[in-house]
Amino acid sequence: MSSEITSIVLAGVGGQGILLASDITALAAMNAGYDVKTNEVHGMAQRGGSVIGQIRYGKKVYSPLVTKGTAKVLAGLERIEILRYADYLAKDGLAVVNSQMIIPVTVSMGVSKYPSDAKELLAKIFPKLVYFDAGEEAAKLGNIKAANVVLLGTISNGVNLPIEAWIEAITKRIPEKFLDLNIKAFNIGRNIKK
Amino acid sequence: MELLSGNEAIARGAYEAGVTLAAGYPGTPSTEILENIVQYKDVIYAEWSPNEKVAFEVAAAAAMAGARSLVTMKHVGLNVAADPLMTLAYIGVKGGMVIVVADDPGMHSSQNEQDSRNYAKFAKIPLLEPSDSQEAKDFMLYAYDLSEKYGTPVILKTETRISHSRSLTELGTRGPENKTDFIKDQSKHVMVPLWARGRRVQLESRIKELKKAANESEINRIEMQDTSLGIITSGVTYQYVKEAWPNASILKLGFVFPFPDELIKEFASKVKNVLIIEQLDDFIEEHVKALGIKCNGKDVIPNIGEISPSILLDIKAKMEAGSPISAPYKNIAEKLPGRPPVLCAGCSHRGIFHALTEHDVVIAGDIGCYSLGTFKPLERLDIILCMGGGISMAHGMQKANNSKKVVGVIGDSTFFHSGITGLIDIVYNKGTSTIIVLDNRITAMTGHQENPGSGSTLMGEPTVALSIAEIGRACGVKRIFEINPYDQKNTKNIIAQEIEINEPSLIISKAPCVLYSKKPINKQRSINQEKCKNCRQCLRLGCPAIEADEGKPHINPHICMGCSLCQQACKFDAITELEDRTNVI
Repeated sequence: MSSEITSIVLAGVGGQGILLASDITALAAMNAGYDVKTNEVHGMAQRGGSVIGQIRYGKKVYSPLVTKGTAKVLAGLERIEILRYADYLAKDGLAVVNSQMIIPVTVSMGVSKYPSDAKELLAKIFPKLVYFDAGEEAAKLGNIKAANVVLLGTISNGVNLPIEAWIEAITKRIPEKFLDLNIKAFNIGRNIKK
Repeated sequence: MELLSGNEAIARGAYEAGVTLAAGYPGTPSTEILENIVQYKDVIYAEWSPNEKVAFEVAAAAAMAGARSLVTMKHVGLNVAADPLMTLAYIGVKGGMVIVVADDPGMHSSQNEQDSRNYAKFAKIPLLEPSDSQEAKDFMLYAYDLSEKYGTPVILKTETRISHSRSLTELGTRGPENKTDFIKDQSKHVMVPLWARGRRVQLESRIKELKKAANESEINRIEMQDTSLGIITSGVTYQYVKEAWPNASILKLGFVFPFPDELIKEFASKVKNVLIIEQLDDFIEEHVKALGIKCNGKDVIPNIGEISPSILLDIKAKMEAGSPISAPYKNIAEKLPGRPPVLCAGCSHRGIFHALTEHDVVIAGDIGCYSLGTFKPLERLDIILCMGGGISMAHGMQKANNSKKVVGVIGDSTFFHSGITGLIDIVYNKGTSTIIVLDNRITAMTGHQENPGSGSTLMGEPTVALSIAEIGRACGVKRIFEINPYDQKNTKNIIAQEIEINEPSLIISKAPCVLYSKKPINKQRSINQEKCKNCRQCLRLGCPAIEADEGKPHINPHICMGCSLCQQACKFDAITELEDRTNVI
């Protein structure tokens, strides 16, 4: 039953735009004619804390929550965040990571360490890993905040939604002023396949 | 079809049901219901009330007059509104009234995980529980019809994974509005003992009628499949059950209370084993057992924390001696730095907590963003109990002659919510506590809702902005100080002075929420790496913009809001302004 359903898990830091990314993904699935459910964390968790968003689509979706070990794509808007949620990814699922770092206060205070070998850690765990600086790609376009949409482009390679469904979703959710930039951002992400 | 969150769907349901008045107090995960009602402001009057009790009373009176009304709150908000709830159940309503209460199993953003279904039983009123956005909308319409048919307020219980999950929802059109015309009937509306005794009898006969309605309700349904296992469930948990036990028979309850006894008995008679799967308490299970039906429930399903499909699949594997769900890749969270929520860069609360680090006092805190001041490195809140508690608990501990002095910290919205009565208590009963109100003119933690200090209403109209200093004066406080928390010298002086003085004092920290204003306070700061002695004093502010790993700290210009607290904390003048902030952001 659950094999007919595509699940995507997005992990990041509160304020990075997970809500928007998850919204666009869900809309893209809806545009492609699927039943879809999402869940995101609001409130306390958004003040710079670790957050996840979950999207599931298919012919008929019951649970808005993803079962561990079943996500087709696990994506991190920050360098190490998906390491907290690795158990969501299905075997041979796609792991997509924005290499941008956000140093948690716990590291600055000296009570914990930010792993210096994050890329190696990620590569060791995830056989299908795409790791790149989505922030830099977005900054080149003129707005670092579009990093989430760059990442969506890469995520789109791991699922079977038609490109038109994605573009329609972006067009619906992004204000016209920023639409051109965000469509470019999406296409840049979609062309990253390392 | 629209992709709606549960909260959007509830707002839409209220609109379609012809609701004309909605009131509430913000609280995760309920907040977005009223925020979405605002789109219908041409036909629905909506307000953020100062607290849930007030909101409840506003909605109750509207329903007594005949309007369809809505009141929304989070689970702990219903504790605040419990007083009018218990007696409104006696009086009943003329127009439909729905109380939407949002539970938070797992405590994603709450101080407890109470199971609000218990209030339905306590107050003897019906409770409905939707399992997705479509049902959230449809059940609202059902709830209003039920409310008017039986003259009772109805609870619609949601929870985090309903309110904040989105699913496809078919929309309808708005139905007719009720005319409002309050009809004087003291024996029904005036709850003095004489008349309350009569209503008490009515309440019992009404709940019996409602039990019949629950048995016949189309929102309770049996899905017969394999009869070896029959699961009774409700709410979002139903969705998890469908994934974990796709072949089991299910009794899905939408009309949860009063319990549909006949339906439960019928279902139990058709299956070999009964398993009750419900979030938190054994609310349904206890009743099923009281009906004499043998069943499993909380002996296998956890009553602490939230249930998830992963948890259910593991339980199923254990029950069937199968293998638990397999996660091919393991988390390495334990090797990662913790990433707890923190006060934002530039947050004005930081100035107060940093100043308080110089004092060995007990600090009673309250509910809001500033609860984050309890964590390292600031660690400046010692007690958090409930809304408004920051003031009255400071008083209680002072009156108990605690060995250390006591300071109470509260936010502006929380002050208006239930802090004022505590302040009156301090003055009236000759307390000496120092109370600090963190006044950023908005209800920040829940996502920036207007409050009586904001100067605007939920419906976007300008209004009076209440002054906390004036309220303090009216309460009889003599020592009142309005300070700028970014001015550390003055802030520290005032706090030090007032802690020592044996009279009540009210310190109002006035600065807007930077996350709301989205405006930098000033130019970004930067740390001169040559002048920096790596004393790490700036890191004691717990500011997310100041990053330090192995070497000396540095300031991330993308995050810095230019509050200058670090500059003031630096003893070596190593922190200065960047020339031009527009270059960076």
